[in-house]
Amino acid sequence: MKKFTLHKGTVAPMDRANVDTDLIIPKQFLKSIKRSGFGQNLFDELRYLDEGQPDQDASQRPLNPDFVLNQPRYQGASVLLARKNFGCGSSREHAPWALEDFGFRAIIAPSFADIFYNNCFKNGLLPIVLDEAVVDQLFDELQATEGYALTIDLEQQVVCKPDGSKIEFSIDAFRKHCLLNGLDDIGLTLQHADDIHAYEARRRVAAPWLFDTTK
Amino acid sequence: MAGKTLYDKLWQDHLVRQNDDGSALIYIDRHLLHEVTSPQAFEGLRLANRKPWRIDANLATPDHNVPTTDRSSGVQGIVDPVSRIQVQTLDDNCASFGITEFKMNDLRQGIVHVIGPEQGATLPGMTVVCGDSHTSTHGAFATLAHGIGTSEVEHVLATQCLITKKMNNMLVRIDGELGTGVTAKDVILHVIGVIGTAGGTGYAIEFGGTAMRSISMEGRMTICNMAIEAGARVGLVACDQVTVDYVKGRPYSPKGEDWDRAVEAWKDLVSDADAQFDAVVEINAADIEPQVTWGTSPEMVTGISGKVPNPAAETDAVKREGYSRALQYMGLQADQDITAIQLDRVFIGSCTNSRIEDLREAAAVVKGHKVASTLKQALVVPGSGLVKAQAEAEGLDKIFIEAGVEWREPGCSMCLAMNPDKLGAGEHCASTSNRNFEGRQGFGGRTHLVSPAMAAAAAIAGHFVDVREFVKH
Repeated sequence: MKKFTLHKGTVAPMDRANVDTDLIIPKQFLKSIKRSGFGQNLFDELRYLDEGQPDQDASQRPLNPDFVLNQPRYQGASVLLARKNFGCGSSREHAPWALEDFGFRAIIAPSFADIFYNNCFKNGLLPIVLDEAVVDQLFDELQATEGYALTIDLEQQVVCKPDGSKIEFSIDAFRKHCLLNGLDDIGLTLQHADDIHAYEARRRVAAPWLFDTTK
Repeated sequence: MAGKTLYDKLWQDHLVRQNDDGSALIYIDRHLLHEVTSPQAFEGLRLANRKPWRIDANLATPDHNVPTTDRSSGVQGIVDPVSRIQVQTLDDNCASFGITEFKMNDLRQGIVHVIGPEQGATLPGMTVVCGDSHTSTHGAFATLAHGIGTSEVEHVLATQCLITKKMNNMLVRIDGELGTGVTAKDVILHVIGVIGTAGGTGYAIEFGGTAMRSISMEGRMTICNMAIEAGARVGLVACDQVTVDYVKGRPYSPKGEDWDRAVEAWKDLVSDADAQFDAVVEINAADIEPQVTWGTSPEMVTGISGKVPNPAAETDAVKREGYSRALQYMGLQADQDITAIQLDRVFIGSCTNSRIEDLREAAAVVKGHKVASTLKQALVVPGSGLVKAQAEAEGLDKIFIEAGVEWREPGCSMCLAMNPDKLGAGEHCASTSNRNFEGRQGFGGRTHLVSPAMAAAAAIAGHFVDVREFVKH
């Protein structure tokens, strides 16, 4: 997994609540058996004027000029500023894959849906929860300032604004550790293989009907 | 010391290791797989040269991409090449790793959340995960069940565990009696309307109260299925005799002495009387009328006697903006009667409402009627091959076909339109599925979530009607 330590990037706004995973990446693109290439279909229904299809050359499609990510001032943005309950809906990891593939490294919102939030960490994408009032303020500043950029310091758990002021955020110690070091969850868990075997041995005695079922 | 909630007990029973940093390793008893969220996980296993930890904990079926029309040509008959490759990839992965799969033309194939319980692969007291957010469905069996992403699918395959963190406990207590014509679907839509789509974020919701005890397993599954639409990854219902009766005699259910031991153990799968919940929501069952969603989020819902809301009446700016955008997308007017919404298509199916009881409810309404001539299509998609066979044995297929409703092969179908069943732009659909997001059922499609009985009545009338009045006449 890609490490996340310190990131400075320009910010793009997604100014609506309850952005769902169907909006982030529509279902027709979930047919891919690959893990990459979803960036060109991020927010597909908002971003293009036509209905997107898998394996299409996105550069030939008509862009929606009104959609925020198509506006020149937000080109190259790597931090997404969003509203509450971002990522609600399905468990499709294609949503963080699309955001990451597009170029986003962090998302700031007042709240995230649980599964989406969890999926982000598996892909080196940092979701940051800030108070709604703070997010409101960031939206205002972003609107007012072309090229508005934020620096995110995961080690210190702070978002640094252009004026040098800092906003603290909280994050689980385990998730932080994994992101900072780009660690593979499976490798970590397999270090506890003895614990898993011991659990299974106990469980086989207590609830034998849970084993050897579909075989 | 306060008693434990059902969630606390399930958590404790599956805890392999509690780490100092607050994360924990929990054991997964059952892993369900389908074609959409698993290919990258199998690929990850291969790249790292890893093997599944415990083959017999896994069960797979293709459901999202499968056609619901003629399947006599098998996987090669799937017209969309991208869909075909995805279904074929699941078959190949299951064959190469030795995982049991109910393939597309197996009678037992169906929507993964229908077949788990149907086969007894979902049992009380288990942990069940699947790369699908509607895995919350299985919580109806007092099972700790939730959706996971593809990285976690790979993690569960490789380790039989998940790294996770304990959720908070919420009790949604539904007391009293449901009115005639009011179903489990109306209950959960009403609950989402009350607590909102983020109301359950961070919580495991237990649905309790006197009304829950009289709701069937099918109804409990419908309710837990949509816990995720209230933001909660986990929905739960305590185990009782209704649960035990449903599980008994299913192919993967325990037998003989194991059965007796299991039933004894399952008696503890209830929240203790003195258990403390972090949040409690009280709902009076008698307050619930048949529900219809009018917007693009499941919380945008009202009763059949209601009206489309007026955004101007909303004080919260973000909400007002959301309402306006939803009305524009849905092509609806503020203050319009719900019954005035004209429909183009009706879809009865999905992991929310495609079980035998759902089909019986819908058939009872359409029996002896014809689908409105203004409708482009009404279709019923059973949740599994076995549900389909059962319905046909009861003659339900004939009732639907005589009414002008299409009778299809099992799969997810128009719930998310990954197969050819989809809405055209601007079309309104009365759907028994779970999400009314923009474009969910097809590019530009407009979804209204309802119960099977309400969908059936709407199919006959061509617009929404109160199924309670409809049945009287």
